[in-house]
Amino acid sequence: MTSRVHSTSPDAASDQAGPDARPDATEEARSSEISQWGLIWRRFSRNRLSVWALRTLLLMYGLAVFAPFLAPYGADRIDTNHSYAEPTRMVFIDGQLAVCALEQSLDPFLLKYRYVDDCSRARPLEFLPKGDPYWLFGLFKLDVHLFGITAGEPLKGGASPANAAATPTAAPADPLASFRVQQPDSVAPKLDTIKNPPKIYFLGADQQGRDVLSRMLVGSQVSLTVGLVGVFLSLTIGSVMGATSGYLGGTWDNVIQRTIEIIRSVPTLPLWAAIAAALPRTTTIVQRYFLITLVLSLVGWTGLARELRGKVMAYRSLDYIAAARLAGSSHLRIILAHMLPNAASHIIVVATLAVPYSILGETTLSFLGLGMLPPAVSWGVLLKDAQQLDSVLIHPWMLIPALPVVLTVACYFLLGDGLRDAVDPYSS
Amino acid sequence: MATFLIRRFAAMVFAVALISVLSFILIELPPGSALDSKISQLRQSGGEISAEQIRALEDRYGLNDPIHVKYTKWISRAVTGDFGQSFTMDQPVSTLIWTRLGFSIGLSLFALIFSWGISIPVGVYSATHRHSLPDYVIQILQFLGVAIPQFLFALVLLIFSATVLGQEVGTLFSREYQNEPMSLAKLVDFAKHIWIPIVVLIAGGTASLTRIMRANLLDVLGQQYVQTARAKGLHERRVIWRHAVRNALHPLVMALGTTLPTLISGEVVISIVLNLPTTGPLYIRALIQKDMYLGVTFLLMLSILLIVGNLFADLLLAWVDPRVRLDES
Repeated sequence: MTSRVHSTSPDAASDQAGPDARPDATEEARSSEISQWGLIWRRFSRNRLSVWALRTLLLMYGLAVFAPFLAPYGADRIDTNHSYAEPTRMVFIDGQLAVCALEQSLDPFLLKYRYVDDCSRARPLEFLPKGDPYWLFGLFKLDVHLFGITAGEPLKGGASPANAAATPTAAPADPLASFRVQQPDSVAPKLDTIKNPPKIYFLGADQQGRDVLSRMLVGSQVSLTVGLVGVFLSLTIGSVMGATSGYLGGTWDNVIQRTIEIIRSVPTLPLWAAIAAALPRTTTIVQRYFLITLVLSLVGWTGLARELRGKVMAYRSLDYIAAARLAGSSHLRIILAHMLPNAASHIIVVATLAVPYSILGETTLSFLGLGMLPPAVSWGVLLKDAQQLDSVLIHPWMLIPALPVVLTVACYFLLGDGLRDAVDPYSS
Repeated sequence: MATFLIRRFAAMVFAVALISVLSFILIELPPGSALDSKISQLRQSGGEISAEQIRALEDRYGLNDPIHVKYTKWISRAVTGDFGQSFTMDQPVSTLIWTRLGFSIGLSLFALIFSWGISIPVGVYSATHRHSLPDYVIQILQFLGVAIPQFLFALVLLIFSATVLGQEVGTLFSREYQNEPMSLAKLVDFAKHIWIPIVVLIAGGTASLTRIMRANLLDVLGQQYVQTARAKGLHERRVIWRHAVRNALHPLVMALGTTLPTLISGEVVISIVLNLPTTGPLYIRALIQKDMYLGVTFLLMLSILLIVGNLFADLLLAWVDPRVRLDES
């Protein structure tokens, strides 16, 4: 199929008008030797927004595959000396991109950590340094990250006035100095600053000092695949049920349709929540992952089954099915070899449009504390930390994991829309 | 029409009965319910009264009975309006749910009416001005409306309200009005709080409804009778509103079956973020704490709400579309 896809440029199309050519579409009249999938691809690639959505999604899945390598730290690397550290500021020192160290002190009134840049101990940003060990593809144990900082000598000249000026946001060394004098001694020890070695937090840190960027990248592995696996399960159940229902009709159809109606008459999210709450809480991350996909697909299959039933019922009365039956094909063969391939493009569209709902489902469930549970990392789990408004107002970067959710879901909708228009031969 | 109604009603009762069984099993399933911890708490305190209380509880909820007896005991009281006890709140379920459910229904209905009111004209405009700049803007807004998780949208509006508008956020009333009698000032305060959930719900509902409206109208506009109407020399506005839109509305009514669950689900989620006194926060808490009678009642009530809504949608559809009426009878 892929080879055909690449040959769909107008030059490659043959002049010969074949039986596939549509008289009402002049451009497609020259595409007689292009397969159905080639035609779909051609119509799809005309929709630029959908093509961009597809590219963005491919890029995101690529990032997810290499997430532990791209992330500067392990997703579980706790560093209480950087609790709620702000996004790191970068400075140029001696023409090198460097990361300033942070001094941590506790504000006794706001009960919030204050961080002050200390560029005298800045370290250069390194490429391909050794860091937290991780498994790539679950096969290779590596400890090289794309970028990061390693312990070593601080950059010389970091403390020079010129460099201090390079960080306009740098606060005075001790903002509490004037305040400290008035305090009784008992409070004083709390105000001691902790001199941290520099760490790189592009998107800030969470309460336990874990890097939000790293967690977001690693979390994408769960969030991006949960929808795919969930929809694959839905597709399997939905295809069997839908094909049976539409092909056999009668009692089977009735039972399956009533079942679907019952499932659909329970509001989706409360149902998901109730099933998820009934799951055992003492499972491993992988078990929980598959249980959640199962929960999502227990509701999700109904929509797919309905669509497929409609298609199969429409095909059932067509001549080529009657011909296949006369030729002695078994029912199973008719369904698998004649009906499903015919409905394949349609199924793909419906499935693509179902993926974002699964992703939103997992994110919402995890946000409510019923989906993936820590220590598992997913975008919903990360957003659960942003549930408290007071906390988000002080640490707005905790909301950043919402951006990939919105982007992914929007891309899937755009992709599904483009595909739907592309598989419909009568679309203009 | 009468047979249609009776058949639909019978199907509805059957569905409710089945859902009550399923939700009971679902919520009965996990071990360690709030009732169990209540009993072990009583057992620890010991004494004659506790032992009696335990016996009463065991008898009332059929703890030592097989599940079908347990279910029968629960459902036979539930139909009379006694849904059992919430063991984490120490109150009967029936005193906890009605006001919350009422508020949920009100909010969902309000959002539904607004969503329709917005999405029909916007969808018509989008379809008749296809490939124009406003059409693209509308489509992008739609994608955002569907793509942004509702809890996130609510959170963003909360932050906007707290920082830019400087309002006290969450719940329904500011602290000073909490226990005041109803007055104009309290109503204004209420409006300041209620706009966030309403905007979030409307955004979700409108996005999908506008898409449906646009797609349907595009389908209808391509049909020959519309061409005929134009050929007759009718004014374009008349062609669209009298001939095309009327026939494009049916799928919108049918979409009520998917709009309602979206609204109910959305309401559950955002009321948790916004800490509204509706079903959401209590339902999720009941699920997490395994307060089963509270949880199962909520799930059942939300389902009944949806089923009644769907029945209403079917009736509406039969009313606007004679083909449906003839098919069913």
